[in-house]
Amino acid sequence: MMLPQIAFFFLSAVTLISAVMVITRRNAVHSIIWLIVTLFSVGGIFLTLHAEFLFAVQVILYVGGIMVLFLFVVMLVNLDVALKQAQFNRQWQVALVTALVLMAELGYGIYRGHQGFTLAQVTATPMSGGNTQAVGLALYQDYMLAVEIASVLLLVAMVGAVIMAKRKIE
Amino acid sequence: MVPLAHILALSVILFGLGAAGFVFRRNIITIFMCIELMLNAVNLAFIGFSRYLGNLDGQIFAFFVIVVAAAEAAVGLAIIIAVYRNRGSLSIDDFDSMKL
Repeated sequence: MMLPQIAFFFLSAVTLISAVMVITRRNAVHSIIWLIVTLFSVGGIFLTLHAEFLFAVQVILYVGGIMVLFLFVVMLVNLDVALKQAQFNRQWQVALVTALVLMAELGYGIYRGHQGFTLAQVTATPMSGGNTQAVGLALYQDYMLAVEIASVLLLVAMVGAVIMAKRKIE
Repeated sequence: MVPLAHILALSVILFGLGAAGFVFRRNIITIFMCIELMLNAVNLAFIGFSRYLGNLDGQIFAFFVIVVAAAEAAVGLAIIIAVYRNRGSLSIDDFDSMKL
């Protein structure tokens, strides 16, 4: 086994174990900490796939931004009330079976299409100047309109969040 | 190099875990985290395909997925705060009507 394989299997094991911890922990703060571990290891897998820019975005935006937002909200609400409430649905067996069926369906699809995935073997990174430069050029040249729409979307989300979290709406 | 099928298998399992958590948890904040898990699984599949097809479009799409996830988290958490203020609870069983 070569180093990329070992790194991939190690990171995927960490990802899956911490994802299981996210959905089973009783305390929301513990779930958030495990989710941060999951996001970090998914970011590591991005690195093994030569997506360095998205690794940076994952760490800065997801771990640094969204997860801190989650922690702030957990501090704002009263967690003691939530801890005393039931954590799992009464129909959790049905829910688990449904999720397993979904997983099996997707897995079967991948298994059947397995031969189709032997795509052209990529040897080195095709772009010169690094992944970040290539992504930046693509974003600001080919996907200019999409970037503008995304920025408007973020503005709308920001205004909406401020209005909805405000104490009194006149 | 890791075969694409392994990456897709990891993505499927991660998505399944997110979906399982989404349907069997009651705490609304945890449900939100399960949505983030599912979005990450999708990003993983996009980046895997981007790597194996040798072009960048998958990475660009994953970038926009992250942007939408940020917007969704901001609005969703604001809604959680507003609902908690009105209901005093975090359990989704108490959020069964649109009226405040």
